[in-house]
Amino acid sequence: MRRRHFITLSAATLSGAIVRGFGRPPAKVRIPLRFFTEPEALVVAAATARIFPSDESGPGAEEAGVVIYIDRQLAGPYGRDRYRYTAPPFERGVVEQGYQGSANPRQIYRSSLRLLAGFDKLPPAQQDEKLRGIETTHFFRLLHQHTIEGMFCDPMHGGNAGLVGWKLIGFPGPYMSWADHIDQHPGTAFRPEPKSLSDILGRPIQPWEDEESQA
Amino acid sequence: MTTLPRTDVVIVGGGWSGLLMAKELGARTSLAITVLERGAPRPANSYSEGMDELDYAIRFRLMQDVSKETFTFRHTAKDRALPIRQFASFFPGDGVGGAGEHWNGETPRFLPDVFDIHTRTVERYGAKRLPQNHSVQDWGISYNDVEPWYTKVEQLLGISGKGGLNPYEGARSAEFPTPPLRPGYVPSLFTAAAEGMGYGPYPMPSANLSQTYRNPDGIVRPACLYCGYCERFGCMVGAKAQPTNTLLPVIARQKSVSLTTGAHVRRIVHKDGRATGVTWVDAEGQEFFQPADLVIAASWTLNNARLLLLSGAGVPYNSVTGKGQVGRNLTHQPTGGITMFFDQPLNQFMGSGANSVAINNLDGDNFDHDPLTFLRGAQISAPAFGHRPIANFGVLPPRFPTAWGAEWKKASIRLYDRTAHLAAAGEHLAYKTNFMDLDAVYRDKFGDPLLRLTLDWNDNERNMMKFMSVEAAELARAMGAREVGIPQPLGHYDVTSYKTSHVQGGAIMGAGPATSVVNPWLQHWQIPNLFVIGASAFPQNASGNPTLTLLALTLRTANAIVERYQTSPGALA
Repeated sequence: MRRRHFITLSAATLSGAIVRGFGRPPAKVRIPLRFFTEPEALVVAAATARIFPSDESGPGAEEAGVVIYIDRQLAGPYGRDRYRYTAPPFERGVVEQGYQGSANPRQIYRSSLRLLAGFDKLPPAQQDEKLRGIETTHFFRLLHQHTIEGMFCDPMHGGNAGLVGWKLIGFPGPYMSWADHIDQHPGTAFRPEPKSLSDILGRPIQPWEDEESQA
Repeated sequence: MTTLPRTDVVIVGGGWSGLLMAKELGARTSLAITVLERGAPRPANSYSEGMDELDYAIRFRLMQDVSKETFTFRHTAKDRALPIRQFASFFPGDGVGGAGEHWNGETPRFLPDVFDIHTRTVERYGAKRLPQNHSVQDWGISYNDVEPWYTKVEQLLGISGKGGLNPYEGARSAEFPTPPLRPGYVPSLFTAAAEGMGYGPYPMPSANLSQTYRNPDGIVRPACLYCGYCERFGCMVGAKAQPTNTLLPVIARQKSVSLTTGAHVRRIVHKDGRATGVTWVDAEGQEFFQPADLVIAASWTLNNARLLLLSGAGVPYNSVTGKGQVGRNLTHQPTGGITMFFDQPLNQFMGSGANSVAINNLDGDNFDHDPLTFLRGAQISAPAFGHRPIANFGVLPPRFPTAWGAEWKKASIRLYDRTAHLAAAGEHLAYKTNFMDLDAVYRDKFGDPLLRLTLDWNDNERNMMKFMSVEAAELARAMGAREVGIPQPLGHYDVTSYKTSHVQGGAIMGAGPATSVVNPWLQHWQIPNLFVIGASAFPQNASGNPTLTLLALTLRTANAIVERYQTSPGALA
């Protein structure tokens, strides 16, 4: 069994959902990690915060808890390639044939993060330079895609904490009906308050990664 | 292997075509019918829990499980085929209802000249105008043969639309059963712009109901709520016609029809030109032989062709000699159009899978191709399908150099709900060089060879899409777009980006056995008690969405079985 790893995040920056139920909100929260080691998680948190920074245009990967999202995805069926055809032989193809590697997302992160050790300690300008250097890699494409997923997924998956991502872009979530609005509001912003799927259904919903992990 | 009690009819696949065939034969005959579906049952009342973009639209929870079975792909017969390790360019369905559960519900009829495309093209432009390596051919039926069945399917599904607006639509024997959906903002901008440019915009016929509807079977479905979760999702209220809400409730009352899930059919068994049944495997790996008098292959397009190849039912197509039929005329769909950036917010989270306005002015042979470098055309439409953020965040005009960091983030937030797409979905001609056969290397979980797709775009599609993007950009400006994207040239076929799920061919219909697998009644030329239904029968892609046509042809075949085959089993003339 692996040693338990935690990532310590500031409760003030990490929005809402994850720290609910603590009574008086603590200044720091320690969140148990399912896949990453603590040093790995710190690198991922720092890198995704450069991809989707927190700045004057609004909160970013840090507040959304993108690192928590990625940690859960990698720990779950996605991370072990449950959703990919993985029969050999693995041959190099043309780009139109898609990713043909044998490495699963866990392996890709683990080996790529080794090369980024200490990334979180660098000043932002040097962090950006490092990321520019790996921009065309398969790992960066995954990291970029996962950052967007962690920003804008339903909070049940561990990202988009406190619905910060949806609030940022005015996406209201999976409301059941816009029948009274579909042909109203032409050219003007209609921005209902964002709600998660479990807010809307009034009961907790189990994400696929948890169901498959138990199976 | 356990031999099961004989059944009159065995149907492979419990999606749109298989369940429609079961329902029709169940209602109109006393035949015992067994439907074998390899996926799971789908309790339709659970779809509200599925309004989750990540699990359903990104991880494809309703699609065929790619880890167990996929297809291989290469551009030409000289290349090495490699497995499609993750689905992206099209989505095969799985489970009861199949791809009909997670479709968008766009249900246009095909343009009338689609069915005799070869004859009409040669008449107007001469045989030399067709690409040198084409295998374009007529369907063996005309629009008029299909028309009555189009009407019946529209009434079965309650299709919402309005006749007479599209100047190019074929003759209709009845008006749509329900009026059009209420258009979202972007489609309404398109209507005004297209009218201003002299085009004939019309509301896309929709299987998502505009109002409560009771169909001829007594099935009542409610109006669409415009929630924006259609494509890749099941409808949580049943407004979108799906096999589970439109056919299954009827089948459940039919004592003569049984539906077995988790039943993976591996072979159609046949001898001396007669099918004797099918073999299938259950979830525990137990093997069964299901004897039957009549076998109907009704799995998803490509899986139909694969089953025929695995079963040796017909002669495999040989791309070198041009001989053989099974696997011929693989087509998909060239797609393009233009991305539009507006100044004003668009409220794109609202929508419905078929909430769209389209034009056919640049489709089919509705415009003169003499001065052009391609044949046929594309349907151009402005959809309001419901934008979800993971898929749509971060689309920027090309002047932004990077796809991450502060500038990208700021611009992406501002443009998130100011970005829309004008879609061009083109016809895909059939070519001798685009086909399917069995792969020599990669296998499924049972050890059966995967289906190998040999597929690339040709200049006809490339030139067509270039033309369409120019036309679409003009429409975009007329709609008031501040900026438009720069369309990428079509280049080579890729399996990494979504086009449509309108993959067609492999077991095509036609007027004679030399160039088709099934006759115009979708009956196998060499094995008359085997019918192969679905879009596998389409000789080429017709630009329009295929579901309405494949359902119409299914009803036409069911009618022929009831009225003629049943009394006189044999080749239907």
